[in-house]
Amino acid sequence: MTDVAVPVTTKKDWTSDQEIRWCPGCGDYSILTAVQMLMPELGARREDTVFISGIGCSSRFPYYMDTYGVHSIHGRAPALATGLAVSRPDLHVWVITGDGDALSIGGNHLLHALRRNVDITILLFNNQIYGLTKGQYSPTSETGKVTKSTPFGSLDHPYNPVSLALGAEASFVARTHDMDRKHMMATFKRAYEHKGAALVEVYQNCNVFNDGAFEAILTKDNRPRMLINLVHGEPIRFGAEGERGVVVTAEGARIVDVADVGEDALAIHDETRPDPSVAFALSRLSDGPTSPTPIGVFRAVERPDYGSMVNQQVRHASEQKGPGDLAALLSSGATWTVTGS
Amino acid sequence: MADTAIPPRTAPPNTIELDRVVIRFAGDSGDGMQLTGDRFTESSAIFGNDLSTLPDFPAEIRAPAGTLAGVSAFQVHISDHDILTPGDNPSVLVAMNPAALRANLKDVAPAGTIIVNSDSFDERALAKAGYVSNPLEDGTLKDFTVYEIPMTSITLEAVKPSGTKPRDAERSKNLFALGVISWMYTRPVETTIAWIEAKFAKNEMVKTANVLAFKAGYNFGETAELFESNYIVKPAALEPGEYTNVSGNTALAWGLVAAGQLAKLPLFLGSYPITPASDILHELSKHKNFGVRTVQAEDEIAGIGAALGASYGGSLGVTTTSGPGIDLKTETIGLAVNLELPLVIIDIQRGGPSTGLPTKTEQADLLQAMFGRHGEAPVPIVAPDTPGDCFFAAIEAARIAVKYRTPVFLLSDGYLANGAEPWKIPDVDSLPDISVDFATAPNHTRADGGEEFWPYLRDAETLARPWAVPGTPGLEHRIGGLEKADGAGTVSYDPANHEKMVHLRVDKIAGIARDIPLVEVDDPDGDAELLVLGWGSTYGAIAAGLRRVRLQGHHVAHAHLRHLNPFPANLGEVLRRYRTVLVPEMNLGQLSTLVRARFLVDAKGLNKMSGQPFRAGEIERAVLDLLSADAPAAASDSKGN
Repeated sequence: MTDVAVPVTTKKDWTSDQEIRWCPGCGDYSILTAVQMLMPELGARREDTVFISGIGCSSRFPYYMDTYGVHSIHGRAPALATGLAVSRPDLHVWVITGDGDALSIGGNHLLHALRRNVDITILLFNNQIYGLTKGQYSPTSETGKVTKSTPFGSLDHPYNPVSLALGAEASFVARTHDMDRKHMMATFKRAYEHKGAALVEVYQNCNVFNDGAFEAILTKDNRPRMLINLVHGEPIRFGAEGERGVVVTAEGARIVDVADVGEDALAIHDETRPDPSVAFALSRLSDGPTSPTPIGVFRAVERPDYGSMVNQQVRHASEQKGPGDLAALLSSGATWTVTGS
Repeated sequence: MADTAIPPRTAPPNTIELDRVVIRFAGDSGDGMQLTGDRFTESSAIFGNDLSTLPDFPAEIRAPAGTLAGVSAFQVHISDHDILTPGDNPSVLVAMNPAALRANLKDVAPAGTIIVNSDSFDERALAKAGYVSNPLEDGTLKDFTVYEIPMTSITLEAVKPSGTKPRDAERSKNLFALGVISWMYTRPVETTIAWIEAKFAKNEMVKTANVLAFKAGYNFGETAELFESNYIVKPAALEPGEYTNVSGNTALAWGLVAAGQLAKLPLFLGSYPITPASDILHELSKHKNFGVRTVQAEDEIAGIGAALGASYGGSLGVTTTSGPGIDLKTETIGLAVNLELPLVIIDIQRGGPSTGLPTKTEQADLLQAMFGRHGEAPVPIVAPDTPGDCFFAAIEAARIAVKYRTPVFLLSDGYLANGAEPWKIPDVDSLPDISVDFATAPNHTRADGGEEFWPYLRDAETLARPWAVPGTPGLEHRIGGLEKADGAGTVSYDPANHEKMVHLRVDKIAGIARDIPLVEVDDPDGDAELLVLGWGSTYGAIAAGLRRVRLQGHHVAHAHLRHLNPFPANLGEVLRRYRTVLVPEMNLGQLSTLVRARFLVDAKGLNKMSGQPFRAGEIERAVLDLLSADAPAAASDSKGN
């Protein structure tokens, strides 16, 4: 805050002295490492960095970062973060949340933080299960999932968090996964640099209650044919030889063999389209992590962020009316003087 | 327009001086009765009367026209002396239609005056109001002085020069009624005409019509040989100073602005619209030049969440709501208790449970504020006692919040929120400095000699923890809803630590008793055996009721609580001084439950749950009943006084 030089830090500077309590083998470890490694690279300042979380396994995250942090209550992190980001635009506010926290109990706050475009960076750890409460289905669990609370299979239709965020017209929406630190760091960096609300869905393995949920797309062998890497300005194609691709028509997006349609027919990925419809169509290519799934940045558009606008109104009012004068305020209605008799 | 000009005021042949009058304007909720009442109030305030108001309107914006449910009323009490309540029974009722008459007639004082819009008493309107025969003709009103004025037709005729269509023209009839009453009570007219012109400046035709209707009403009073006399209520001898007319919600909003200035912190309001609290959001959103930030959140939970987030960042976080909103905010209040951050929670209480009576008043959230959280989660509570006092109560709530790093409840209610009174504008320089320091440096030395910051190392006197805001280098720390280790503030599941932390949080709030005034007892004779203990908006009715009791020769004492948690340090001693303690409350006995439990005092309740404030007469009766039960002989002596 005091000087403009980029501080030199190491991962250690960002690591708190608290013992990490996640289960051994949890995907959260690799996300934590990615963030701690990214911070020095961003040139961020510890004192200006705040992590706010809700409740759940992922929400323990702030305790492990040597920054400012609040472990709040279930689902409400975006609400606290909104108040902080609006009143302290000098800070960088991160929200750490999970699929239950952000999409079930806190669904409302997530939607509104995104639509208002509050300047916060949201990392949504999606493991498709409730971990901290020991294994109930979550709003992203696949229909039919057998859990402790659904012995006959869940009946709920799951959300797709990326579709949801795009539906709320979020200005930045991306997806990454816990098996690829480099991709995580690159994606988190983009989210950090975005002015406004940025949502990153992180596919994260819960090795205790939902082990292997993403195996079909995330094992080293499966990735080439199952991950569709979105790159701005490039044709959307995937497969070991780039033999498959995506075309977008009025009916939506679909996966094709490049040989069948020709390279020129492939959609060129454009993060900056003002209309989120094409990004939404891309998010519908898979309805769960079992078929080819896009990762990377779906959408990154510029839109004034909420806090800047709130503060602009405050500045504007001060310029127009002058700084507040309390005595004048109290006498702003009709007044009269009573004299002693 | 020459024929409608106001003639120069000559002393009316027959002006009768009154010391006070209570007027109730009643009509359809679309008739503009609140506006009419507000304007009459304002002109009386400017004239220098003391006054008190009671708006009473349905929750529906436009309830079915002509029905009892749709009646909207505004009562104002004006006087030449200091008054405390909007008056028990109106001496004048202005009824714009049969439903308004029917809904309000039972309240009119014996031999009172009733002014009706006779044009509206047609068969259909009578039937809608549930009248089988016309009360203007069947003797229903024989005990009252009734003035039948064809307000609609005179208004239509009067506003013709404005070119307004008849349908729109009729809407000016409330201004006609205001004109009549302004003449009757010798109100200044120029200020009202100027007000109409400013209020309707954007629509020339409506502005002209309203001015014409108002003048027509005034001139009707002057020239129609209907009224034998008019009245004057002279200015009240109030304490010298500059006055303005404020409602409780406006005073509260100004108090919050002041609190931000006095605390030297930016004010942040996170709120969600709810009756009867929304006006505070409206008012605060106008004052951004004081650095006030307002966020109309997606729900009650986000409103308080944003406020708490802002407090964490070093703002004075405030959330405003009513009972149903408190239900939703409860979990975040518990978090604020645990985070030990300042937060002001404004509850404008209304009739409950659930949606209850959104536009009516009640005091039934006291125990919720006191106990409505899981775990041991004490929260200080302050309550204003008059509309103007909402200003000072807001500052006091903020003072406690920032000094003790705690959420604080401010319990106002619908009656204070919408009621208005002349308010002596305080000298800004006399307001307290409530600013506190943020932490700027480490406060703990490790065994290895290193310096670090412990977020839960407390001030020895206040037990408040340091407030270290993000952006401060070297004080990075994590807080949360999990139990914290005493001092270090890291997560702790240690049983002994939890027990200690529970006590520390409780002791911190209890210790505020050392930092608030003792409760004062109004016991003019010093030998009363009966104490009336009140809190919040019942102040006016209790004080007025006790005035009447004292005029009858009885000795009674009155104590009124501003702080409900913690109680003033001397409250137990005060209560034990009196043989009988009566606690009037607009609930089923919440304060009396607390004082009985805390002080083992056999407090008696006087409880009212009608959505209406107490009347002075109700307090008077209850006190007289108790006095006669306690001392039958003395009571019978005083009956004839």
